[in-house]
Amino acid sequence: MLKDITLGQYFPGNSFIHRLDPRTKLICTVIYIAALFVAKSYITYGVLLLTLVLCVAVSKIKASAMLKGMKPLALIIIFTAILNLFYIKGGTELFSFWVLTVTTEGIKTACFMVIRIMMLISGTFLLTYTTTPMSLTDGLELLLNPLKKIRVPVHEFSMMMSIALRFIPTLIEEADKISNAQKARGADFETGKLTERAKALLPLLVPLFVSAIRRADELAIAMESRCYHGGEGRTRMKKLSLKLSDLMTMVFSLLFLAGIIILARFGF
Amino acid sequence: MKPIIQVKDVYFRYEGDDPLSSALNGTTLDIEQGRFVVILGHNGSGKSTLAKHLNGILLPDKGCILVDGMDTRDETKLLEIRRTVGMVFQNPDNQMVASVVEDDVAFAPENLGYPPEEIRLRVDEALKLVDMYDYRLHSPHLLSGGQKQRVAIAGVIAMRPRCIVLDEPTAMLDPAGRHEVIDTIKRLCREHGITIILITHHMNEAIDADRVFVMSNGKVVSEGTPKEVFSNVEALKAEGLTVPDSVELIYQLRLAGLDIPKEALTVEETAQAIATALK
Repeated sequence: MLKDITLGQYFPGNSFIHRLDPRTKLICTVIYIAALFVAKSYITYGVLLLTLVLCVAVSKIKASAMLKGMKPLALIIIFTAILNLFYIKGGTELFSFWVLTVTTEGIKTACFMVIRIMMLISGTFLLTYTTTPMSLTDGLELLLNPLKKIRVPVHEFSMMMSIALRFIPTLIEEADKISNAQKARGADFETGKLTERAKALLPLLVPLFVSAIRRADELAIAMESRCYHGGEGRTRMKKLSLKLSDLMTMVFSLLFLAGIIILARFGF
Repeated sequence: MKPIIQVKDVYFRYEGDDPLSSALNGTTLDIEQGRFVVILGHNGSGKSTLAKHLNGILLPDKGCILVDGMDTRDETKLLEIRRTVGMVFQNPDNQMVASVVEDDVAFAPENLGYPPEEIRLRVDEALKLVDMYDYRLHSPHLLSGGQKQRVAIAGVIAMRPRCIVLDEPTAMLDPAGRHEVIDTIKRLCREHGITIILITHHMNEAIDADRVFVMSNGKVVSEGTPKEVFSNVEALKAEGLTVPDSVELIYQLRLAGLDIPKEALTVEETAQAIATALK
């Protein structure tokens, strides 16, 4: 059951988007999200949707994978739709029932909100689907580097993130082992009331935490033995480098955002 | 030859432990450059504590440790000491930092601040030395125990150390994995002149050593070539240790009344000795 958990899902590939520098992809995703919040009309939304579809097509990620990833967020999407449907008043009233009134404006806003959230999720999925967690961490560290000047421990954060990613499969394996050991001794994780099942998890979580702390201790010693002494003076084997295509992509994204802003200004 | 590591009358007690029971109780030993040295001892004999002293992870309460003439208590020399003496631990899972084999091997040279081209060179060289070059783009958690441990060794070799300390590197491995690891470290010693200090309680791994130290209660109680150390079976058994299977066999044959020389150590030598005695 635990093997199904995948974090930072990455779909290997060699498309134009896969090959972009993670920093470029991070920046473009932020720009895209900004554009989404600027857009207000059918035209701007249409342009944004078209861009997204085009990017997904270039990345060769299957549309079904995108939709599958949205499943856990379905509840939030539905909730937002219902909330907007009843709370936005304006336009002609279609029908009302008790305190609930549905208007044409409400339907329009609800539709826009749902599309906006779905596009937002797809946009960020495109980032994590085409970038390995490792290069994402590296990209984030480099982008946040200026924050070191105001003493934000950027290197430490990214080190913690990459070690966490490294240990996810190890800890999942361990949790599986412990759960099998407990099952062999009669533990029952699958039946009973929710509170009972939560209680049954305790003998799984306690040994898992104890072992994680022991691992952390050993890892710290192993890292020190390999001359780790913080981020100072540390170099990297694989240097991220911005290529011409990265710069072009970023410039294009900025122009794109500017275009959307101008369109929105003129009421489109 | 000048020893690469000198341990001089070292005392050490873990914080919070009983004041009367020290982990190290006046340990003294010298290790010469380029040798294959095995340190034996039962659980709690202080052998792992000693290992952590050899690259300054732990510092002695009393006495001193010199690595290539540098005192481990000298903080300015700490990186130099850790680059000279590499350390491999028991659990391969708990010493890997990266999700890709080659990134993990690159960790140490990255910490030492070498330029990217130099790191690439060292990583490829180290992976080839342990015969794991073909796996450089794999994820460590999909490798076998023996392969993981070889990657851990490569991660240390990438620092180009003069000495590698291995603290029970085979304890969690199956027999095949154990074989892989022991073969690899023997090759590093014999062909590349790297000093190997192997800490183990598998007696069979000590047969090919140049020098064996036996530890008990935080002290070296016996040292010499494997032949010298294993010739005294009773003394080793008194320390709660076993002897290699071949030595045990000859010991039992002698007890049973067969007149056979005690010097045999390897399987071939033992077979020869038994064959001669039976003629």
